[in-house]
Amino acid sequence: MKSIEEIRADFPLLSKKVYNRDLVYFDNGATAQKPQCVIDAINDVYINYNSNIHRGVHLLSDLASEAYENARKTVSTFINSARHEEIIFTHGTTSSINAVAFSFGERYIRPGDEIIISYLEHHANIVPWQMMCERKGAFLKVIPVNDDGEIILEEYYKLLNNRTKLVSVTQVSNALGIILPVKQIIDAAHSADIPVMIDGAQGIQHGIVDIRKMNCDFYAFSGHKIYGPTGIGVLYGKEKFLDELPPYQGGGDMVDKVTFEKTTYNELPFKFEAGTTNYIGAIGLAKALDYVSGIGRENILERELSLLNYATEKLSGINDVIIYGKSDRKVSIISFLLKNIHQYDAGMILDKMGIAIRTGTHCAQPIMDRFGIDGTIRASMCFYNTQEEIDRLAEGLLKVVEMFS
Amino acid sequence: MDITQIQNNIIEEFSVFDDWMDKYNFLIDIGKDLPVVDPRFKTKDYLIEGCQSKVWLYPEYDGNIITFKADSDAIITRGIVSLLIKVLSGRTPQEIISADLFFIDRIGLRQNLSPTRSNGLLSMVRQMKLYAMAYQVTTTPPFRGEVGG
Repeated sequence: MKSIEEIRADFPLLSKKVYNRDLVYFDNGATAQKPQCVIDAINDVYINYNSNIHRGVHLLSDLASEAYENARKTVSTFINSARHEEIIFTHGTTSSINAVAFSFGERYIRPGDEIIISYLEHHANIVPWQMMCERKGAFLKVIPVNDDGEIILEEYYKLLNNRTKLVSVTQVSNALGIILPVKQIIDAAHSADIPVMIDGAQGIQHGIVDIRKMNCDFYAFSGHKIYGPTGIGVLYGKEKFLDELPPYQGGGDMVDKVTFEKTTYNELPFKFEAGTTNYIGAIGLAKALDYVSGIGRENILERELSLLNYATEKLSGINDVIIYGKSDRKVSIISFLLKNIHQYDAGMILDKMGIAIRTGTHCAQPIMDRFGIDGTIRASMCFYNTQEEIDRLAEGLLKVVEMFS
Repeated sequence: MDITQIQNNIIEEFSVFDDWMDKYNFLIDIGKDLPVVDPRFKTKDYLIEGCQSKVWLYPEYDGNIITFKADSDAIITRGIVSLLIKVLSGRTPQEIISADLFFIDRIGLRQNLSPTRSNGLLSMVRQMKLYAMAYQVTTTPPFRGEVGG
């Protein structure tokens, strides 16, 4: 495996200075930085073979189309889906979830039906279902969490009934870093023939996603959180569902035959990719996935776990730190508060010390309400971060405590 | 002292700080002097919600000038709120409406008033101006909802 110095050298932004200090980037949960090879791959398209895909008779269009379709295969291999036609390119996790909420709603949801989500969801896995429920007269049911932030499986089992039409939960809580027991959630739903969608926005960065092993029916993730470009995302769907669902957007490339009387749709995956897709984003994403595979996902997990343990120990050693979300199954995200200090005050001072963390509700207001707080400080680390950076965060927090007490 | 003079005074006060840490310590200190909102008025009607920090703003109009009282749940935000109050409170509606807040930029706190910061400060300035516009046409204290907030 590459050394940490070699890994960090792959990411040009990591050597930046902010306010004349070495940057400590602990906001990977919001977006991850990009390795040079991804930046190069995007430039390469623009410089050497940029052309709209699936349309041209000319060489450049063939090259771009081929690279785009290869990107689909790379994604399929990376998440181990059965067929690459099950990979739909979207703008990101949010648009993937919205697509399913719309299409699944149109096809399967009747008044009185129920959708199950969890208390740990990001707004992107709450609001699209609320919109769908409102449209269809359906109801949203929420799996509760215990005081440590872990979902209560027994309560989930009680929510499943013959009105339940879909379960949609996140793989990893973006606000707390807790890993959800998705396998148990999926198996229980499947035993009642209920399909399950998994929001993989955080999971893709910190886990080994094996779709066939997980056996979810839909999976969504964003390119920018797995070291790829922004504006590209993936919707995986089992072929049997994708075949049955109506498209959620109409336009070019998604059609078979168009007349003013009737239009027939193209086959998978094109049925769900109306208009010119972000093909350069897809090509960049494939490069990012190759990069991650090159580092080795086992290696990444091991490094991140060691960072999590170190940071948990270090922060727990500071008297005023209160950590939210305690579980044996967590990714390298720590959400915490300093006693009697507003998270925004802490964030402002840390920023000035060159430490980029996120403060606020992390687009997950319900779980903040559950803990009776209006936000936390979130340090989200990934494999290119170091123990020295965690030391700098700890020093920064001590300074914050000194300033505000 | 008019609005321009008081802004120049603030700029001068801040000019002694070379170090950002001193500047923030000063903001923390002046935040403590802020005439706070009576808890009775710390309600939804007077809350300016930002995703990062909250600001409460309560206006009083005596037929001539508007007096603002304010508070925030974050101390640095409260410091900046206190500066805005210093500049805009005790002014006539017309003065508030036409005020150009150039000091924010000059003391290096512009990022705190950018729309991307979502800390309630930008909305607070807008709300102060909206209250001023409302008081120009009526003397009854408007609620935020009634003045378009």
